[in-house]
Amino acid sequence: MTERSVALNSFGSKIGSLMKKNVPFVILIFLLILFSFIAPNFMTFGNIRTLVRQISFAGISAVGLMFVMISGGIDLSIGSQIVFSNVLLAIMMADWKLPLGAAIPLIMLVGTGLGLINGLLYIKLKIAPLIITLGTSAIFKGFGYIINHSRNIMGFPDAFRWFGQGYVGGIPVPVIVMVVVALIGSFILTKTYFGRKVFALGGNEEAARLAGVNVDKMKVILFMICGFVSSITTVLLLSRVFAGQTITGQGLEFDCLTAALLGGVSFKGGEGTIFGLMVGILIIGVLNNAMQLASFPDFSQTVVKGTVLLIAVAFDVYQKKRKAKVNVASVAA
Amino acid sequence: MDGKVVLSLQNVTKRYPGVLALNNVSIDFLEGEVHALLGENGAGKSTLIKAVAGAIEIDSGTISIKGNAFHKITPHISRELGVEVIYQEFNLVPTLSVAENIYLCEKSENSALYNADEFVKKAAAVLAQFDVNIDPRAMVHDLSIADQQIVEIAKAVSKNVKILIMDEPSAPLSVSEVEMMFNIIRQLKAKGVTVIYISHRLEEVFRISDRVSVLRDGCYITTVNTADTNRQELIKLMVGRALKESYPARKNPPGEIALEVKNLTGNGNRDISFVARSGEILGIAGLVGAGRTQLAQLIYGAVPAQKGEILISGNSAQIQSPLDAIKHRIGFLTEDRKGQGLFLEMSVKWNIVFPILKQLSKHSVVDTKKEDQIAGHYKDRINIKTPSLTQRVINLSGGNQQKVVLAKSLAAESDILIFDEPTRGIDVGAKQEIYHLMTELADLGKTILMISSDMEELLGMSDRIIVMSEGKLAGEVQKDNFDQHYILDLASGTN
Repeated sequence: MTERSVALNSFGSKIGSLMKKNVPFVILIFLLILFSFIAPNFMTFGNIRTLVRQISFAGISAVGLMFVMISGGIDLSIGSQIVFSNVLLAIMMADWKLPLGAAIPLIMLVGTGLGLINGLLYIKLKIAPLIITLGTSAIFKGFGYIINHSRNIMGFPDAFRWFGQGYVGGIPVPVIVMVVVALIGSFILTKTYFGRKVFALGGNEEAARLAGVNVDKMKVILFMICGFVSSITTVLLLSRVFAGQTITGQGLEFDCLTAALLGGVSFKGGEGTIFGLMVGILIIGVLNNAMQLASFPDFSQTVVKGTVLLIAVAFDVYQKKRKAKVNVASVAA
Repeated sequence: MDGKVVLSLQNVTKRYPGVLALNNVSIDFLEGEVHALLGENGAGKSTLIKAVAGAIEIDSGTISIKGNAFHKITPHISRELGVEVIYQEFNLVPTLSVAENIYLCEKSENSALYNADEFVKKAAAVLAQFDVNIDPRAMVHDLSIADQQIVEIAKAVSKNVKILIMDEPSAPLSVSEVEMMFNIIRQLKAKGVTVIYISHRLEEVFRISDRVSVLRDGCYITTVNTADTNRQELIKLMVGRALKESYPARKNPPGEIALEVKNLTGNGNRDISFVARSGEILGIAGLVGAGRTQLAQLIYGAVPAQKGEILISGNSAQIQSPLDAIKHRIGFLTEDRKGQGLFLEMSVKWNIVFPILKQLSKHSVVDTKKEDQIAGHYKDRINIKTPSLTQRVINLSGGNQQKVVLAKSLAAESDILIFDEPTRGIDVGAKQEIYHLMTELADLGKTILMISSDMEELLGMSDRIIVMSEGKLAGEVQKDNFDQHYILDLASGTN
């Protein structure tokens, strides 16, 4: 064997192990190639730009959700938080005539406050966050409907269009915001002391508590982060739609959750990377976009999305099992 | 000893990726004997049990149960032939009653519907054999660990067990409970049941077993009559070299009072007062349920105390949370290292530095260089055997996991260290290392509180022992007066 072929071989095996570690990434590339053959207008700059912008809203909220999920929690109320804040922000601008400089910070405060409510309920009632946020989800959405009075709220300042509809250097603003939020999230999770505590909480809550972590405080802060991040999504979404409706944001947590699971964020906590999450978000974006290009009926799209969610969960469980097997083998040594 | 062979392994081999877990092992087990299986962690005991139970498929060799030879055994066949295994982690459903657990998934004899009374009666009859006071209607999660184990045994007996395999059955039990379990084993033996007994505690092996087989690194070493051997020989067989199981000598005598506990009350304990000196190993003896771990939790702030005072170096310390305890340089090595001490999915390095991350962080960003340095230092200092610092803790052996827990407390520069059952479930070699480390720490002036149910270890390591009984302090024993019987008397509250 020549030196070159050895090098090539080892290069090949490296790629192989890299692919195994990054199954979601491989799937994404596969989908991109597949659809660029099937739909000639898929792989165009214009379409990709649309695709990423479409998914950027869920992508931003998913970063917040991921913080909660890594700590071992879950937030199913994200969509409803947005429903409520979206209507409230519309009212602030259209009815109360608040300037942007006041309305936007205020709605971020409100969004963080909704997270605070989730967090406090969680630590005070000591009920699983799945149930807490299922409850608050109904409550937030209900209040959204109440204050909306079945109106289509319009009449925002023109400058407000920039957030959801503007571009910087040809790139949509929401996409830029998503990238920035993801980078900040990744930095916090991987480089900081706080990030370690998030992983510790999801990895072994009791061990974290005994190591001196204020577990309750952490839980509340994490829900607040999730609420804060989704308030950013609220601003971008309202600006994009440019009318206050209760439909905006509904069910957004579904895409966030699917993306997180697809990207390797563990449902049980303690694991996950922003890179994986973004790959997951893009997979969903590609599927959404391709189904629209192929003019799938809406209802069929729902079926496909549900299927993808189940596959993602099955994948999560499968990986856990495989890991457990490897562990058993090495412990037996 | 001659008797009928009921279980025979012939040239059994099992390979896991990268490991030969069982290497051509042949052992015979006789009817009505208590046969101890010894070996360090990773010697292949667990694999052997699983092979007999049919939980894993062997690669080659045969397993004969009551004369039926199998190359492949399934859990179903194994059970049919009367093999029952009591694993370290119990197979009970906590939310069902004792009777329901004993007769899990069994059908009533004469009714298509489930008949609770019938099973309660049958369960009561099985339990009656053991001279224990367990209500068949009680929920399993309300029982003590010892009673849960008896339910496991009862479950096996109800199935007409012929070969009972017990994996570390004494680990969670107190001295008197072990006694009760031995009685049950003797009764089973009298009925012709073969008991395969796995334990790290040699003392028990000598007391209960008829024969001993030793495994090492997946190989069968030998089988000896228990009466014809001694500790030193068994240890030598297990580790493959002469290893003295001894307690290292101390260089420095205890110094000033470092910790004083006054009338500490809460978490099931009442009015506990004692002192511990720097450079002292203070043993805490007691039966399971006496409140030893609960006392540790109070001192560490894991459960806040209702009343009482803790003084550290003479100054009153307010300890309401683990964070307070860490600030006062108290370290707690919990008995349940997997559940409370470690982040199993995380790396060795990640675990060691976790409690001191704040100090390692600048503007809350972790300094990874310092992290590597500190983790590396403690890995070398206490000899954690791991291929790298980035290895996940779950892949380490029990002894090395315990060392990671210790490294954590050392990295936090604790002055007062509470060891709760520090050597539970770890092998002879690792035990020795832990003993040496504890001695070394005491010689450096640290205060060590040591909770242990292994009386021999407690007597060997401690400078002084306090004894707890039913949530109260029952007495204090100086080193000159160390006497196992006296301590047991105090612990069982007979004085």
